[in-house]
Amino acid sequence: MVEWTDFERATIQSIFSKMDYDDVGPAALSRCLVVYPWTQRYFGNFGNLYNAAAIQGNPMVAAHGKTVLRGLDRAVKNMDDIKATYAELSVLHSEKLRVDPDNFRLLADCLTIVVAARMGADFTADVQGAFQKFLAVVVSSLGRQYH
Amino acid sequence: MSLSAKEKVIVKDFFAKVSSRSDEIGAEALARLIVVYPQTKSYFGHWKDLSPNGAPVRKHGITVMGGVYEAVSKIDDLAGGLLNLSELHAFVLRVDPVNFKILSHCIMVVLSMLFAEEFTPQIHVAVDKFLALVALALAEKYR
Repeated sequence: MVEWTDFERATIQSIFSKMDYDDVGPAALSRCLVVYPWTQRYFGNFGNLYNAAAIQGNPMVAAHGKTVLRGLDRAVKNMDDIKATYAELSVLHSEKLRVDPDNFRLLADCLTIVVAARMGADFTADVQGAFQKFLAVVVSSLGRQYH
Repeated sequence: MSLSAKEKVIVKDFFAKVSSRSDEIGAEALARLIVVYPQTKSYFGHWKDLSPNGAPVRKHGITVMGGVYEAVSKIDDLAGGLLNLSELHAFVLRVDPVNFKILSHCIMVVLSMLFAEEFTPQIHVAVDKFLALVALALAEKYR
């Protein structure tokens, strides 16, 4: 069981309640595909990913970015049992999508960078700590069912 | 993974652009390092004050950022250009190289915070590669 302090709980709820998922999702995923190009291996049917501009303008990338963020929302709403909340998604990513779980960490890092850009000075060290702890739990839960 | 000529220009231009705030970047990055990754405090047991906004942390952040700028100036030969720093880290400081990656991440979070518009994905990838290569150069003499 993950222990959350009051500060961490409040911080996560606050960040996500103020977040525009339809902006942050596409920004984080497209950044991941640009900064870590090997992650493109999972998106062979997404069409044009040939350069950064193409990736950032790609509607399938944008749509998928929104899907990912909405998936993250489930963890925000179930902070006390993220592991169970993501059990099915973990199986999906492992058995069907066959995503190397290290990619979750890469996407989490890009999401942190994007949220830092959106929040500016409000993204203090303590807020960053809470946010990264939350993402670490998410990443761990998504990798849980791999065998 | 080496830097292309174009990426070297991107890195040099970007760091030149943000140089007026380099002290702030360094101090903020180091503060984040010890708050978000508390295990890194293990290297600073000799400081009386380990608070993120305290003088020792901020001063050291400035020192580290100075090192990053030195690396920018030696971008065409990082291993050779950073030999002194590499020997320092290998024989004196003996910082576990995993921490270079962590600090690089903190630097980039701060760059993203302070320069949200400028820190585009294209610049992010070039800076990420650059910092990874700096880390490699610093670990050059480890074994």
